[in-house]
Amino acid sequence: MTKTFRTILLTSTLLAGPALAETTLTIESWRNDDLTIWQDTIIPAFEAQNPDIKVVFAPTAPAEYNAALNSKLSAGSAGDLITCRPFDASLELYNQGHLADLSGLAAMANFSPVAKSAWQTDDGAATFCVPMASVIHGFIYNKDAFDALGIAVPTTRDEFFAALDKIKADGTYIPMAMGTNDQWEAATMGYNNIGPNYWKGEEGRLALIAGTQKLTDADWVAPFAELAKWKDYLGDGFEAQTYPDSQNLFTLGRAAIYPAGSWEISGFNTQATFKMGAFPPPVAAAGDTCYISDHTDIAIGMNAASPNAEAAKVFLEWVGSPEFATMYANALPGFFSLNSTPVEMQDPLAQEFVSWRGKCQSTIRSTLGQRDQGHRDARGGSRASSGGAGKLVRAAEVICTDGTGGPSAPRTPRGYFWTDERGRTWLHASPCVGTSPCFWPRRCWSIPR
Amino acid sequence: MRWHIAVFLAPAVLVYSALMIIPLFGTLLQSLMNKGEDGARVFVGLQNFATLFGDALWSDAFWNALGNNAWFFVIHMLVQNPIGIALAAILSTPRLRMAAFYRTAIFIPTILSFVIVGFVWKLILSPIWGIAPGMLDAVGLKALFAPWLGKEEYALTTLALISVWQFIGIPMMLIYAALLSIPDEVLEAAEMDGITGWSQFWKIKLPLILPAIGIISILTFVGNFNAFDLIYVAQGALAGPDFSTDILGTFLYRTFFGFQLQLGDPYMGSAIAGAMFGIILLGVCVYLFAIQTRLRRYQF
Repeated sequence: MTKTFRTILLTSTLLAGPALAETTLTIESWRNDDLTIWQDTIIPAFEAQNPDIKVVFAPTAPAEYNAALNSKLSAGSAGDLITCRPFDASLELYNQGHLADLSGLAAMANFSPVAKSAWQTDDGAATFCVPMASVIHGFIYNKDAFDALGIAVPTTRDEFFAALDKIKADGTYIPMAMGTNDQWEAATMGYNNIGPNYWKGEEGRLALIAGTQKLTDADWVAPFAELAKWKDYLGDGFEAQTYPDSQNLFTLGRAAIYPAGSWEISGFNTQATFKMGAFPPPVAAAGDTCYISDHTDIAIGMNAASPNAEAAKVFLEWVGSPEFATMYANALPGFFSLNSTPVEMQDPLAQEFVSWRGKCQSTIRSTLGQRDQGHRDARGGSRASSGGAGKLVRAAEVICTDGTGGPSAPRTPRGYFWTDERGRTWLHASPCVGTSPCFWPRRCWSIPR
Repeated sequence: MRWHIAVFLAPAVLVYSALMIIPLFGTLLQSLMNKGEDGARVFVGLQNFATLFGDALWSDAFWNALGNNAWFFVIHMLVQNPIGIALAAILSTPRLRMAAFYRTAIFIPTILSFVIVGFVWKLILSPIWGIAPGMLDAVGLKALFAPWLGKEEYALTTLALISVWQFIGIPMMLIYAALLSIPDEVLEAAEMDGITGWSQFWKIKLPLILPAIGIISILTFVGNFNAFDLIYVAQGALAGPDFSTDILGTFLYRTFFGFQLQLGDPYMGSAIAGAMFGIILLGVCVYLFAIQTRLRRYQF
């Protein structure tokens, strides 16, 4: 038995030998959740058209991706294709010469300037990654629970809290599934989900960059006050509830509302046995313009040191094609194509999310930080090595959450203002801890002081 | 010629040097380096340490980790070692039945993998799936339950107690062995003089096992200041909530290898490792020169 098995193994190795002589492309990615979709759907479709190119999808754990990728790139052992985080993380890789300039790709014409903005140099001269998808924030709810309790989908904040009160009074369901243990949940699914309605999306974000608004302004603090009100509607012991706990609470039907990012859709579709719906973050009064976070999230670029540049470009052209956009958006509902060609999607939940683009104003995530030592390096050189050009300003008025989502202004030192060499001021604060699918958008914390 | 000594020592010396001495000095050397303007490695002297202790971006995290680490150690010294000694004293009483069973049962957590320990306790204490809220509810004490691992004020103490639960077997075994090695004649002589029971433990046995207690303390100290695994498994590399369980080991890990958006920095990482080495060296020296030399030893 063992002998037969061994023979088969040996034979298959021998047979695989000649295949390896063709070009093999390796993709670095943090989307380990999508491994099977890449292996079973996307890669076979590409290989069918390009029989001489083999593609291997090699993901790393999301939290370790940036660090691992940087080590691999420095050591020269990274794959040919690099999945790009938006803004600074990838811009830094491009500046270090690890990512190739892809401005010349024909497929780049398929993307709007907004879609490409997350993967361009500041002056827009070079684009170094092919945009793949964006994610939209909102709330996913248990339709069966809403029907049973006779709750209509809330559109205003008052209706939203009335619905939460009703679910709580009934007691069958936990009103909302969110925990504060992992910290980034409250920052991404909380603050950046409901926030755009307060700071008026792009208007507020661009005002921050221009310096006419500050993070301590009422519009930027108000979402914390709303988050603090959520506290009463979360499950018992939400302080120790992790991200997977929240997902499970919702998909097991124990919670009624889940503050979500659209990337949850495919996972929830396979796990949940009840009907689901989605609604955008409720506005203050009926008829107000609604704003949604529609964040440019994922793109793919080429390792500048790749020996298979020609094959990699063939692959990237294909990624930029409408064909890939349709396949990707349908294989991974919730990752919405950035391609200018309209994409037909089958998933009703994904259709619901994407329909908000028509009635609400889109913006990208404007605040995400992490209190650690790494960002200074991501800003371009540590202070020690840049000869003290930067300046650290300790600030008492840093806005922070106290881990329960509430504001706690007097708590120091939970955040820092940091002025970089170019005179831009950045905030490093503890409530906003990024992980996939979070990142550090460029310039967004810039608050001239 | 004593050449055979060198020959017999060689394998151990070579392996130890290759795996311990050279990496240790390599790390210490690296802590004096940093990236220069062009990205190349340059010698910067003690600048990394100046940054670590003086730059608020680093020093706050460092002192926070050191303080947490000290509290972690205090809990072990106050809870693990006294209970370990008490368990050993109880086990060594001749009238105790099933002593071997208790000894084994108490020692078992020590041989479990920290991954299992961290995961099991996380599950037990989980407010959603755990059995702790249900068990407290069954005895009417549900009000006492809190999401301990998620509260800044309790998380570190909870983890320290989990670690105590895991490693209590080690002080127990060492003290148990020390207690067994006390000759019966000494104890008989004590009994002849009318010293029995608890006063026999305090006046005869405890002074005789003091050297063992000293060894346990220093092992606990070194173990705690090198700790990393349990915190990493239970709370992740960010040592949440809000760094309240961050100890030197997790701080070193995040700095050296990077985590999430933070990129790895081998130079500052080495500086932290160097600081940890210094702290542990200092602690061990204090013990060796200030305490151990004053411990009275008895020869039987």
